[in-house]
Amino acid sequence: MTSLSIEGLWKEYGDQVVLENVSLAIAPRAFVALVGPSGCGKTTFLRLLLGQERPTRGKIEMDGAPLPPEPGPDRGVVYQRYSVFPHLTALQNVMLGPELRASRLTGRLWGAARRRLADEAAALLADVGLSGSEAKFPAQLSGGMQQRLALAQTLVMRPKLLLLDEPFGALDPGIRTETHALMRRLWHEHPMTVVMVTHDLREAFALATRIIAFDRPRNRPEERERYGATVTNDIVLWPPRVAGRQTIYDADIPPDQDDLTRFAITGTARVDQGPPP
Amino acid sequence: MRLINLNPGRGRRVFLGALPFALLALAYVVGSALRLADNPGDKLLPSLAAMGRMIDVMAFTPDKRTGDYLLWTDTAASLFRLWSGLAIATAIALVVGLLNGVLPVARATLAPFVAFLSMVPPLALLPVLFIVLGLGEVSKIALIVIGVAPILTRDLALTAAALPREQIVKAQTLSASSWLIAWRVVLPQVMPRLIDALRLQLGPAFLFLIAAEAISAEGGLGYRIFLVRRYLSMDIIFPYVVWITLLAVVMDLGLRLLRRRLYPWAEPEARS
Repeated sequence: MTSLSIEGLWKEYGDQVVLENVSLAIAPRAFVALVGPSGCGKTTFLRLLLGQERPTRGKIEMDGAPLPPEPGPDRGVVYQRYSVFPHLTALQNVMLGPELRASRLTGRLWGAARRRLADEAAALLADVGLSGSEAKFPAQLSGGMQQRLALAQTLVMRPKLLLLDEPFGALDPGIRTETHALMRRLWHEHPMTVVMVTHDLREAFALATRIIAFDRPRNRPEERERYGATVTNDIVLWPPRVAGRQTIYDADIPPDQDDLTRFAITGTARVDQGPPP
Repeated sequence: MRLINLNPGRGRRVFLGALPFALLALAYVVGSALRLADNPGDKLLPSLAAMGRMIDVMAFTPDKRTGDYLLWTDTAASLFRLWSGLAIATAIALVVGLLNGVLPVARATLAPFVAFLSMVPPLALLPVLFIVLGLGEVSKIALIVIGVAPILTRDLALTAAALPREQIVKAQTLSASSWLIAWRVVLPQVMPRLIDALRLQLGPAFLFLIAAEAISAEGGLGYRIFLVRRYLSMDIIFPYVVWITLLAVVMDLGLRLLRRRLYPWAEPEARS
């Protein structure tokens, strides 16, 4: 149950102000979608939450404590690209985090501990629909499968906060809809707060509990550098979507068929593993 | 049909690949025959039969003075020097290159120094090495190390630094320490490139080896070539040059197979 509190946050690169006086409170278990035009600092904001960059002014608190100054296992991240390691198979990618955490010298586990972890990782891969692909390298997986692998790799660490940087932006529409259904289910099942950057409003409304728009309120070209982006819209989805509970969005739908859009596009949706059943 | 769309099939590729070799061999045989017809004592382009006799003398007949089979003792001596030099250079490149590529502090400290060192012409240092380290094996191995290590190091550091920043951040969210990032994320991903860099450095390594052997040695492929040069023994020099080339080609192939075996994910077809 992780809450975030951001107060008076500024981020400047030299003379250029990117983020200007951003204040936000994010409730535990929220699924926040950050939207806005390109170059408005969405990704910078995500990097600040990740600890990859430090704010120029202001503070970020997670569960009431200041955010650690570097990335750590309490905050997971999935990028649009480069999220999984090309030199590891799908199973090894998922096993990597727990291995690194358990073995600080070699970063590898052996014997019974390794077998236990491999079983856990295989179960998680099956959960995201990747059973049968355990021994494949990421380059042998489709884009949608790679992003599902990245989700499994991140979730095995049980992060308190999951950060998504346009994770489904490069997928084609059919695959994207499927991955949305998976993402919703994972958010319901894992006790985490999610912050997702996207440029796709439909995606934001399909997944989030709250949509926050960043923009530059003053956008005249000659003063562009001196005024940063800030929160211009803050929309809480109504009726509310609640983590771990059925809501109007997914009521009366049999399990495994929790994506309404799937019915609408049957026959045209591309399935990314094997022929359609 | 445009030439650019013309793709030879498998059989034709083999034929086309063999063509330049065949032409070179033909040119030699013809040239040699013409010169020998003019002057049977010509030493510049000996006949294949003459070279065959010398190969027999060098490789399969014990030397009258020492009882050694010269080609094999020369090869052993040279390969020992070459491989020692390459092994030491690779070890240096792994440690320094990885440090440079992964840690900004190390990069700030070492990268300008390595860049400077890599510009020192190694052959200009050879007299210094002979004076300081003596005329034995150490100075020859040191020359190879000095010539090869800085380039391997810089190449490895560049490859490591070119890994997407996302991967390094991602590894941190998977609880990796700096050491574990270097060990499990960066090192395995730079190894294929290190093997390729080593392949490219085989040529320079042989150059340094032969230069060192030419000046002072008691055996070795380069030593032999420069020894028999005094007698204009092209019938020994040519087979030795071919033999050195073959050794380098086999090493190159071996490294390529090693790379394919150890790092199948890095093969171009796996990345399609």
